[in-house]
Amino acid sequence: MTETATKSALLRVERLHGWYGESHVLHGVDFEVNTGEVVTLLGRNGAGKTSTLLAIMGMLPRREGSVRFGETETIAMQSRHIARLGIAICPEERGIFSSLNVDENLMLPPRIADGGLSVERIFDLFPNLKERRRSQGTKLSGGEQQMLAIARILRTGSRLLLLDEPTEGLAPVIVQHIGRTIQKLKKEGFTIVLVEQNFRFAASVADRHYVVEQGRVIDMIQNADLDANTGKLQAYLGV
Amino acid sequence: MFELLGISPQVLLGQLLLGLINGSFYAVLSLGLAVIFGLLNIINFAHGALYMAGAFVAWMLLHYLGIGYWPSLILAPLIVGAFGIVLERTMLSRLYHLDHLYGLLLTFGLALIIQGLFRHYYGVSGLPYRIPDILSGGHNLGFMFLPNYRAWVVVASVLVCFGTWFTIEKTRLGAYLRAATENPALVSAFGINVPLLIMLTYGFGVALAGFAGVLAAPIYSVNPNMGADLIIVVFAVVVIGGMGSILGAIVTGYMLGIIEGLTRVFYPEGSAVVIFVIMAIVLLIKPEGLFGRTA
Repeated sequence: MTETATKSALLRVERLHGWYGESHVLHGVDFEVNTGEVVTLLGRNGAGKTSTLLAIMGMLPRREGSVRFGETETIAMQSRHIARLGIAICPEERGIFSSLNVDENLMLPPRIADGGLSVERIFDLFPNLKERRRSQGTKLSGGEQQMLAIARILRTGSRLLLLDEPTEGLAPVIVQHIGRTIQKLKKEGFTIVLVEQNFRFAASVADRHYVVEQGRVIDMIQNADLDANTGKLQAYLGV
Repeated sequence: MFELLGISPQVLLGQLLLGLINGSFYAVLSLGLAVIFGLLNIINFAHGALYMAGAFVAWMLLHYLGIGYWPSLILAPLIVGAFGIVLERTMLSRLYHLDHLYGLLLTFGLALIIQGLFRHYYGVSGLPYRIPDILSGGHNLGFMFLPNYRAWVVVASVLVCFGTWFTIEKTRLGAYLRAATENPALVSAFGINVPLLIMLTYGFGVALAGFAGVLAAPIYSVNPNMGADLIIVVFAVVVIGGMGSILGAIVTGYMLGIIEGLTRVFYPEGSAVVIFVIMAIVLLIKPEGLFGRTA
C-alpha cells in the first residue's frame, strides 16, 4: 500500500487480523487516519470493511495485530475501554433500541470527554429528531433512525467516529443531508472512518479512500486523484 | 346480592384480601424473575430458595444478633443480594453464552442445596417470627377485619414494585438496563460496563426475593420449604405475564392472587389449580404471555 505515514496519525491499524469463531475474516489490514481526516473503506460485500470497524472498536470475538489510537495500543482492550479513549461507532444495522424513546437513545452513550456537541447543536443538524423526541426509537423512518444513530455519538466527546454505511437503503434527499452533515462534522474537527458501498457518496465527503478486498487493504486513492483512477476503482468494486 | 349466592360479604372480602396478599408475594417474586430473565437470560430457579433465605436471615438477625424487623427489612435483602452477587460472579457468569437450560439446571441445583442446608440445620417444623409491635392488631372496617400487618404487606409490595418499575422505565440507569437487554455488545461499545450492570441486576433481583422473604416471615412460619411451595406458582405467573416483561410480572402477580382468592370463595376445590388452568389457556391463545413482546 502507499505510504502516508505521518506523525499526526490519530488511528494506526497494522497487520490487523480478525476472526468470528473459526472464520478468519481479516488477514492483515493496514491503514492510517490522520486527525481531522475523513477516510473511507471501499470494497465489495464481504470484503471485511464492517469487520474492520468492529475490530477497531473491540467488538470482534478475536483480533490480533495492532490498533493504535493516538499513543495508545488498544489491541488487548475491551470495547468499553476503547470507547472511553474517544472512539465511537455507528453500526451498520444502526442499533436503535426499541425499548428506548428517541431522547433516551440520544442520551444513552455516556459523555467520555468534553467537547461533544450540545443537544441543541445536534437538533440543529437533525431537526427531524427534535419533533420526535418522545417516539419509540424504532418507530422512526429509516432515515431518521440513521440520523439518530449518528446523532447520539456526537454528544459523547469522542473524536474518532466509525460510520458503517450510513447511506444504505436511504432516499437520495436523506443521503444528501447525511453528506452535508459529515462535511460539517469534518469542519468541527471530527475524524471519520466511513465504510461505503456508494462510491459517489464517498467521493463527495472523503479525503482519501482505502480499498479493502479479502480482509486486506489493497490500495489507497487520494480523493483528488479519484477521476484518474475511476477505471481502477470500478475494477476493484466490480461495478 | 352476595346472600343470594349463599356467600357473605365477610367471606368474599376476606378471601379477596388473602388473594391480594398472596398476589403481593407473587408480584414481588415474579418481578425479580422478570428483571433477571430480561438482562441475564437466566431462569432463576433459585429464586424460591433465596426468598426462603431472606426469611431465615431475618430470623437469624433477630435471634443471634437481636436485630429487629425494620432493620432486617433492609439488611436481609442486602445480605441475600450480596450472596446472589457471589453466585453470579463465580457461577452464573460462566453460562451466559450457553442455552437457557444450563442456567435453569444450575439454579435448580443451587436451590436444592440451599434448601437442604436450611433443612439440615433448622428442621422442617418452621420457626415463629413475631409481627412488629407497631403493626400488631388490626382495624375493624365495618364490613371486615383488616389485620395491620397484612395491610402493610400490600402497601410495601406496591411501593417496591412501583419503585422498580419506575427505575427501569423512567431513569437513565433503567435506559442502560433496557438497552443492554436488547444489544449488550453495542452498549459496551458506548463505554458502559455491562458485566457490572448484569451483576447488580442479579443482586437486585434476588434482593427482591429476600425482601419478600422478610415480609413473609411474620405471616407464614419461617421454614425451609416455604420457597419451594411458592416458586412453582410464581413461575406460572411469569409465564402468564410474559417472560421478561416488568409491568406484566407486577400486574399478573396481583391479578392472579385475587383470582385465586375469588376461586376459593366460589369454587374452593379449584383454587389450587386455577392459576395453572389460566397458564394453559394463555399458552394456547397467546404463547408470548399477556404482556409479552413477540420476539
